[in-house]
Parts: sequence; C-alpha cells; structure tokens
Amino acid sequence: MEKPLTKNIPSHGAEPPNRKAYENSGGYAGLRKAIRMAPAEVRDLVDKSNLRGRGGAGFPTGKKWSFVPMGEDAPHPKYLVANADEMEPGTFKDRLLMEGDPHQLIEGMIISAYAIQANVAYIFLRQEYKLSERRLRKALTEAYENHYLGKNILGSGFSVEMHLHVSAGRYMCGEETGLLNALEGKRANPRSKPPFPQVSGLWGKPTVVQNVETLCNVSHIVSNGPDWFKNLSHTADGGTKLYGASGKVKRPGLWELPMGTTIRELLEEHAGGMRDGVKFRGLLPGGASTDFLTEQHLDVRMDFSEVQKAGSRMGTGTMIILDDQTCPVGMVWNLERFFAQESCGWCTPCWSGLHWTERMLGAMEEGQGRAEHLERLEFQTKFNAPGNTFCALAPGAMEPLQSALKYFRSDFERHVHEHRCPWR
Amino acid sequence: MLAPEERQEIEVERAHYPTRQAVCIEALKVVQRHRGWVSDEALQDIGDALDMTSEELDGVATFYNLVFRKPVGRHIALICDSVSCWIMGYEKLCQGLTSRLKISLGETTADNRFTLLPIVCLGVCNHAPALMIDDDLYRDVEPGQLDEVLENYK
Repeated sequence: MEKPLTKNIPSHGAEPPNRKAYENSGGYAGLRKAIRMAPAEVRDLVDKSNLRGRGGAGFPTGKKWSFVPMGEDAPHPKYLVANADEMEPGTFKDRLLMEGDPHQLIEGMIISAYAIQANVAYIFLRQEYKLSERRLRKALTEAYENHYLGKNILGSGFSVEMHLHVSAGRYMCGEETGLLNALEGKRANPRSKPPFPQVSGLWGKPTVVQNVETLCNVSHIVSNGPDWFKNLSHTADGGTKLYGASGKVKRPGLWELPMGTTIRELLEEHAGGMRDGVKFRGLLPGGASTDFLTEQHLDVRMDFSEVQKAGSRMGTGTMIILDDQTCPVGMVWNLERFFAQESCGWCTPCWSGLHWTERMLGAMEEGQGRAEHLERLEFQTKFNAPGNTFCALAPGAMEPLQSALKYFRSDFERHVHEHRCPWR
Repeated sequence: MLAPEERQEIEVERAHYPTRQAVCIEALKVVQRHRGWVSDEALQDIGDALDMTSEELDGVATFYNLVFRKPVGRHIALICDSVSCWIMGYEKLCQGLTSRLKISLGETTADNRFTLLPIVCLGVCNHAPALMIDDDLYRDVEPGQLDEVLENYK
C-alpha cells in the first residue's frame, strides 16, 4: 500500500529529511515537472485527481482554484496561504506533516502558487507548534538557497516569496476569512462571503487558502498523475488520508491509509480496539465540530460523501472516541465550553447561543438541570444552524450537541431526573 | 521606547507584509519575547511605530490569547483542556498543578515562577493529557510526574 504523504517521515520524531535527502527520495521532481507545464495544465491535473480539501470541509481543490482570476488582467499580486493553524480539538495530523517532512509542504505550496500564478505565499502556523516552526524555518532557508523559492525559480521565470506567519492564538484563525483578517493584523473575525477569497482575499487580492494536508498531496499528483491518485482511494474522493484516533483505545495514533477506509478498520485494527475494561459508545469522526456516530455506523467508509450520508462529516478524519466510563453530557459540555470561549463575538446567535448552551450543559452536569433545558438545547441547534451565522463555528458547535441529544438522550434525561451526573 | 533589538526584529518582519498594520501581531510578539508581556506604554510605542492608535492596537492585542496584556511569571504553563485530554484525565492533571502551584487557572505564583493558563487542543491527542511549559511539550502526563516536570523550571 502506497503512503505518499508519510513515506519520508521518520518514526519516533527523528529529524526530518533535509533538502538533499528529500530530493533523493524524489522530492522537488513534481515542481520541476510543474514549471515545464502551463499553469492551466497543473490546475487541470489537480482537478482531475478529485483532491478534496483536508481541513474538514472537503471542498474540491481544483474547483476552488477555478475561481481565481487568471491572465494578464488579473489583479496582482495573488496570494497562496497554507492553513497550518491546526486547532480543531482532537486533531493532530498537520503537525506530523510539518514536523516530519517540511519540504513536502513547501513543494506543494510552490506548485499550487504556480498553478494559480500567486507570487506571495504565507504559512499561517499556530504558535504552540514550536517544533514545526523550527523545522519549517530551516526548510524554507534550504529552499531559498537552492532556488526553489525567490525570484526566477529554477530558471522558469516564475517567482514566489514564501513567509512563515506564527500566530498568537485563537481557534477563529483557522476559519478561512478570519485567518485573512489575522494576516492583515486585525481581529480574526470572519468576513461575509461573497466576495470569496479567491476573488478578493488578502488586501483585496485573489487568495487561495488550503489546509496543510491538502497542499502536501499536490506534488505527488503532479509527479504521478490523477489516475494514480484516484487509485490510492477506496472511493470516489481521491488519494490517501491521514486518519487518527484518540480517547480510550489501546493504541491512539495516526495512520496514512486509503481514503474510504472503514471506521471499523480504523478502530479495531489500527487503534487496537478499546482499552480493557471500557466499552465503545460513540465517536466524533473528525474533530469537535462533527456529529457523533455510534455502533451502527462502524462499517461506514471514512470519506467526505459516505460519512455525510451517515449523518455526520469526516471533518479532519481524526476520530475522538467516547467510551462507557466517560459521561456523554460532560463530553458535550467540554466541547461547547470550547466553542463558547472561542466565539469571536461577531454575530449574535453564536456569542449568545453558545454561552447559553454551555451554561445549560454545565448546570446539568452539576445537578441543576431542568426538563426544559433539553428543549432549549434543541432550540439552540436550530438557532445556530447553517445560514444563521457569519461563519461555520456555531453550526459546527451544534453538530456534536444535536447528535448527542439524539443518540444519548436517556443520559441527558438521567442527569435531569437524578439531579446529578451519574458518572461522578 | 522600543529597544534597538526590538525595532530591528520588527523591521525584519516588516519586509514580509505589504502594510504596516499587518506587522502588528508580529510586533506584539517581539515586544513580549523581550519583556514577557505588553504594557500600555509598550502598546503606545508599537502603535507609534506602525501608525496605529493604541486603541486600535489593543483591539487586536486583546483578541489573541497568547498576547499577554498583564505581567506573567517567568514560565508559562499551558494545560490543554480540550476534549481528548478531558477524556484522558485533564481534571486530575489540573488539580495536580493547581494544588502544587497553589494557584488557579489564570493566576501567577507568588514567587513569580509560573503563570498557569488553559489552552485549546495542543494537537497531541494521541498522547493525552498534554501540557506545555514555555517551548517544551509534555505528553501522556501523569499527575505523579508533575514534581519532576516542574523542577526543570526555576
């Protein structure tokens, strides 16, 4: 089984391949190939590969790029941004890619910038990822020294300046338009769309923002072609996926596997099943802002379309496992406290609704829950539904809540009737 | 007054952005790296250097949780309180820290040695619970290991 994204990543956190070692394993061959092609041909390869955004939304990358104005009259400069602000609770995949093979990200970014003819690129990195920062800085220096970055890259006439922006915190920076405001030195509130960033993004110029894992796939698609990429997958979404599991499983971890691997295989084979003495109750398939799935969904294939059919989202593909000795109400309270804290306060359903939600769940956990709280929580899931808020933070926050109310309703009711948390 | 090294480091970042305002988060971080936190006076100085009012700049500074607008201790201990760590023993780890340091979350020890802050998911969920002190990440932390861990920071 091919593992293009992780093949160079040393185990146990050893130093990643330097520029030379990366080249020896085929690195920068994709870039050399891409700059001999027309940008439109590179965009076409990525479009045909069925690469979908790995940040969680699964938006087709080729389609995203198709909205960027091209040609002589296009606004200048255009920007490419790597969203390396990995902060979705339960998600730890981009860290591995940046710590383990930083040149792979840089090469993917240069090719992507070439495809949309962007001359400035930023890596937007969260501050707590210190090792990623150190390794990316070193790799960037090496890339500049070897003319992969800067003016007239490898004699192609194409130029890219790439900068590392180390953020100062807040989950909102991971939201595409919040990230753009943060890069402009503002509060990371979301922007209304349209205009979409591909047309009017950073400083009003065309900007493409892509997740780290998405960008890491690009050089492999260019080197090996879209058919090869599609064949890596079990399903229609192309490529491999970095899947993970955390919680009380025997072997929490991260694995690169064919897109569309079943939840059961991830849970039982790769994560080794549940720890002795605890039983599986449910899982969030891809981070805090995805709906719970339960035992009946174990044979669902983890890709963007299949998980959606099961009533959730694959999100980041890193699963958080709920066991029978952990209180589901307590878990949802933890999630909603996170979302309430991270709400930027820009729109009312979110700042008001998430705080009420968090307080009601807290009351329940502390034995103060009332029967009408269940209805009010249901109301919040509608009040904060997609379309009622500026960005996806509040709708995302409602996903674990609405599914917990559905699958674990009797646990909520027990909290109310017994005036306590049965797990405490 | 900004120190010459601070000015110089801000200038390096200035080259990476097309506007002065865009440099402000980097500038806040530069000053904080040198002084530990960002005082009202420092805010004014950065604002002057970047053509921003201190009110404008404070609006930015107070948005970001890793910009400190109050004095902090010599070491910053960040404890992850997000979902995977919560499942794997955050509460006991937090009790272990607050009882050893004799402070609550958000506070600084009397000897100014530690400031203890909650942090969102540190991205090491396969090694929960996690703790970060200054630049060092601690994984799979048991409350019993805390004495040894804290000893590394004077």
